[in-house]
Amino acid sequence: MAETMTNGHSQGFVGTRTIRPDGVDKVTGRARFGADYNLPGQLIGRVLRSPHPHARIVSIDTSKAEALPGVKAVITRDDFGDQSSEFIPAGEMMMNYKDVIRNVMAREKVLYEGHAVAAVAATSAAVARRALKLIDVKYEVLPHVIDVVEAMRPGAPLLHDDLFTVGVEPKPDKPSNVAKRVEITLGDVEAGFTKADVIVEREFKTAPVHQGYIEPHAALATFSEDGSAELWCTTQGHYIVRAHCARLLGMDIGKLRVTATEIGGGFGGKTTIYLEPLALALSRKAKRPVKMVMSREEVFKATGPTSGATIHVKLGATKDGKFVAAFAELKYQAGAFQGSPVQPGVMCAYAPYDIENVKVIGYDVVSNRPKVAAYRAPGAPISEYAVESVVDEIAKKLGLDGIELRMMNAAHEGTKAAYGPKFGPIGLEETLNSIKKTEHWNTPLRKWQGRGVASGFWFNIGGETSVSLTVNEDGTVSLMVGTPDIGGLRASLAMVAADELGVPYDKVRPIIGDTGSLGFNFLTGGSRSAFSGSMAIVEAAKQIKTELCARAGKLWELKPDQVEFSDGHVRALGASADKFKPMSLADFAKVAGKTGGPIAGSGRINAQGAGPSLGTHLVDLEVDPETGRVTILRYTVAQDAGKALHPAYVEGQFQGGAVQGIGWALNEEYIYGADGKLQNAGFLDYRMPVASDVPKIDAIVVEVANPRHPYGVRGVGETPIVPPLGAIANAMENATGIRFTELPMSPPKVLKALKEKAASGKA
Amino acid sequence: MRYEAPDTLSGAVALLAGATGEARVLAGGTDLLVQMRADVVDPDLIVDIKRIPETRTVTEENGGWRIGAAVTGAELKEHARLKQAWPGVVEAANLIGSTQVQGRATLGGNLCNGSPAADSVPALIAAGAVATLAGPKGTRDLPVEDVMLGPRQLALTKGEIVVSFLLPPRPPRSSDAYLRFIPRTEMDIAVVGAGVSLTIDGGGTITAARVSLGAVAARVLLVAEAAQAIVGSRLDEAAQKRLDAAARAACRPIDDKRGTVEFRVDVAGVLARRAAVIALDRARGGAANGGGRSH
Amino acid sequence: MAKHHVEAIVNGDAVEFLCETEETLLDVLRDTLHLTGSKEGCASGDCGACSVTLDGRLVCSCLVLGCEVGGRHIETIEGLARGEALHPLQQHFLEHAALQCGICTPGFLVAAKSLLERHPDPTETEIRYWLAGNLCRCTGYDKIISAVQDAAAAMRKG
Repeated sequence: MAETMTNGHSQGFVGTRTIRPDGVDKVTGRARFGADYNLPGQLIGRVLRSPHPHARIVSIDTSKAEALPGVKAVITRDDFGDQSSEFIPAGEMMMNYKDVIRNVMAREKVLYEGHAVAAVAATSAAVARRALKLIDVKYEVLPHVIDVVEAMRPGAPLLHDDLFTVGVEPKPDKPSNVAKRVEITLGDVEAGFTKADVIVEREFKTAPVHQGYIEPHAALATFSEDGSAELWCTTQGHYIVRAHCARLLGMDIGKLRVTATEIGGGFGGKTTIYLEPLALALSRKAKRPVKMVMSREEVFKATGPTSGATIHVKLGATKDGKFVAAFAELKYQAGAFQGSPVQPGVMCAYAPYDIENVKVIGYDVVSNRPKVAAYRAPGAPISEYAVESVVDEIAKKLGLDGIELRMMNAAHEGTKAAYGPKFGPIGLEETLNSIKKTEHWNTPLRKWQGRGVASGFWFNIGGETSVSLTVNEDGTVSLMVGTPDIGGLRASLAMVAADELGVPYDKVRPIIGDTGSLGFNFLTGGSRSAFSGSMAIVEAAKQIKTELCARAGKLWELKPDQVEFSDGHVRALGASADKFKPMSLADFAKVAGKTGGPIAGSGRINAQGAGPSLGTHLVDLEVDPETGRVTILRYTVAQDAGKALHPAYVEGQFQGGAVQGIGWALNEEYIYGADGKLQNAGFLDYRMPVASDVPKIDAIVVEVANPRHPYGVRGVGETPIVPPLGAIANAMENATGIRFTELPMSPPKVLKALKEKAASGKA
Repeated sequence: MRYEAPDTLSGAVALLAGATGEARVLAGGTDLLVQMRADVVDPDLIVDIKRIPETRTVTEENGGWRIGAAVTGAELKEHARLKQAWPGVVEAANLIGSTQVQGRATLGGNLCNGSPAADSVPALIAAGAVATLAGPKGTRDLPVEDVMLGPRQLALTKGEIVVSFLLPPRPPRSSDAYLRFIPRTEMDIAVVGAGVSLTIDGGGTITAARVSLGAVAARVLLVAEAAQAIVGSRLDEAAQKRLDAAARAACRPIDDKRGTVEFRVDVAGVLARRAAVIALDRARGGAANGGGRSH
Repeated sequence: MAKHHVEAIVNGDAVEFLCETEETLLDVLRDTLHLTGSKEGCASGDCGACSVTLDGRLVCSCLVLGCEVGGRHIETIEGLARGEALHPLQQHFLEHAALQCGICTPGFLVAAKSLLERHPDPTETEIRYWLAGNLCRCTGYDKIISAVQDAAAAMRKG
């Protein structure tokens, strides 16, 4: 049996590389992900999806499908009550129930190719597929618009006739595709630019990219005649799923019990609902369990990628390198319904730097594409790609290297960010110094090789968290948390519980509880689960320790200040120290019934004090000048974790985010035809990095403790995807002398630019 | 959907010739199953040819090599003497998809899928491979370049299947190479593919050559002008320039999600050159290992 | 059309099952034989999450029909560990934290085992190219490659 790797003693697990408690099941195939769940008598559900990017639904006739033997239920918009407009937080973005119900099942219009129009539940997948073909939908096809700038033009095809731009004065009297305008300001940029000796102004463009989780969405629902239901789904937030589904199905939240299965990747893309309300509605109608799993094509066509965008940046600096004025205008496309991550994009654009005068404007624009969903530091990689590119250009103009210039302007403790807060201690400078000291930074390059550096910022969140900690009858500890584990969380939290209670790591068994087992938990996202979970565990452990001290005090007839909990035991202090043998958790557990009952603690908090995580990435690459192909030669990440609970999983976040960034920078993009249909809805032509595309990613964990967390923890999961786009674009400039302002920097684009440069050189 | 796995050629031919609905041949399944799942094809009959011995063997024949149409890329890679004689053909077959796909994908399937971007086809054409077909009217031979007429369009008549490929005897000092351009390092469909096979004399001059380009036209091209550009030369810079130009001139590509016209034309020239250099080095006895990758 | 009756050997055990022509080996493993360790990521042979070996040959089970495997030997992730002992690859994956969400892990383990059976001393490049058909979105591949390298070294020591 696999040995738990411990350091031998019962304390000090935090910071070590323990084996994760769910690990053996995952390496043996025993762990159950969303599509691995089945119930006896279950039906298979499948979704009928719009073939048009924009059309009015004239009629839906499901009669032939309903008549097909084996079909037990068919649902359409008629099976869901409408929802009034109400904004709710979804991860670090907002969504609106009126939009959610329409995204889950089209009502008046279909707004993207792949938009759900109807769903069936049948006795087999084959029957379900046949049933879909029998549903007759009459569409009135409308002109469509894909690109964000096109969508903003007056006269562009209008998606919603009740969408009036918020945040502009005077309030518009005509609807448009611009949902919102946001702005943050600090100081006076106009004045600031007059003080600049060098100004760089550029426009950039990025394409939508998908989170690319390997596991498609899956849900299994079973409805009972008393109106209660159970749902198993692969999700980053089962309490959020519960709330949304209860709302859409018109049921009490307490009547829906949601279990989060093991999840095969999310990166923000599983913080919303797609199949879940459909499976529930089908089950309610069919009176049998219904299982639904998306195909890969459905994942690409009907679940949120992140925005494509156009970004305009203008940055001014003195000849000594001090940034004096920073402006940016971001246009992010939200897909079919409002809610792109333009707000966090605006917030983060210049956040790594201490600049007196900042103005960033953002537009949230709808277009006929799937509704965007959160993708790892939503919005930030896009705006920071543009800013980091321009920072690099300023460095070059001033004859400074990328680290020097960033160091001169680095945000630090006390810096007022343009989006509002004053930073506590943060680690950008430390990451810059770490990079500077690497052998990587000091290795010479050859022709057609280039080196690029970029920094990045993400604010991180805390949020509502409930955990329970129980001491079992034999002194082992059960830990139940409510945030799905997307990458090793249980190991980190078990270590914290073990250290707090002074028990061996393998005596703590962590599980992810369902919604019926714990108080509310916000979802796993915002880099919050280790940060908030560990904070809540500290609370829960405190309760247990206080309780046990009280029980010992009673047993030993001592006052509270005469006992203390240390190193896994309650001990008598001072004069009484030798009179009483210290009691372990197991000792208390044996007499629990007689000394007050079950021993447990709960942590129920709204975690505050999340500290930003900053990082700096360094990349070397080589360009094949005859084909435009780019090879990543070397990559180093330095990022501030505050305190790495489990160093290996922290490193893993750095490495995974970096490689997603490499894909985004070089090859990933949604490719649409003129017909508004997605041309690359599969892993063949949606080109994510494979193992042979990347080298080892060196990970340097910097620790500048977050003073507002008991262990100093900062969330780390999102920042890693922020710097790669800029770092790689900067390396490309270093290798080719060409500033690429459009992502991805795929070979046809690169070769074309190289040829144009060569031609203009000859002229 | 009917599935049959005959163990004779005549059995397979009879099934296919007599099929009333949509019938498909199953070799490795790496294209057919994907198309079935995507609802692109819904066959009434699947004829699995892997039990037919003639499709599964690799044998020497009159100094050449006969490769069964249903031999997998992985099996070809493990055939040391075939690999030595035709490294380009073997490396091309082993670029299709992934290790997993190469465990099933076959030369016959790759050709009959009818994609001008098929990786193994330029290498087979450059090699001068001849396909042996079996049909209701008997067997016949067809040069590989005449089998694929256009996207999804084959010269096969109803009931005909590709049984095997014959690679001609190799004069001494001959070798081949296949290169493809893909944006990643693996897993992509070729944006451009170039196969070059050549023979040199004792002095290092190219005496014979064949050049084939894939993914740059509606079918895989055999580019006579490109071969002419280098025959009689030692592949000096001038010859390489001529080769590059001839390859570019032969292209009639399209703009699609994998590449633009301009890009394909440029890269066709580059790859033809690079493949020729590798083939030449191998013919000289060098251990040039292009591995099929453009870098 | 009546279903096919197939007898095969899965992880050393004789099994028999019924399947439709269009059901893939992956469908059969997961839905009929209840071996859910092999995963469906794409159903088109592009992600490797369904990797198994068929008569010792590494393949995507989504690209094999259930009715093709009569009389054949299939090895899945469930057959990697022998009894209570984990395979060195499984052990090293755990120790290296070579998995984050774990959905790609079964495919990688089956593929890596196949690699080391044929090439017990692969270079990093050889490992990466062999495993190029296994997509991972969480780890960036770094710790997976390290785990395979270390497991290979441990297995060479015997």
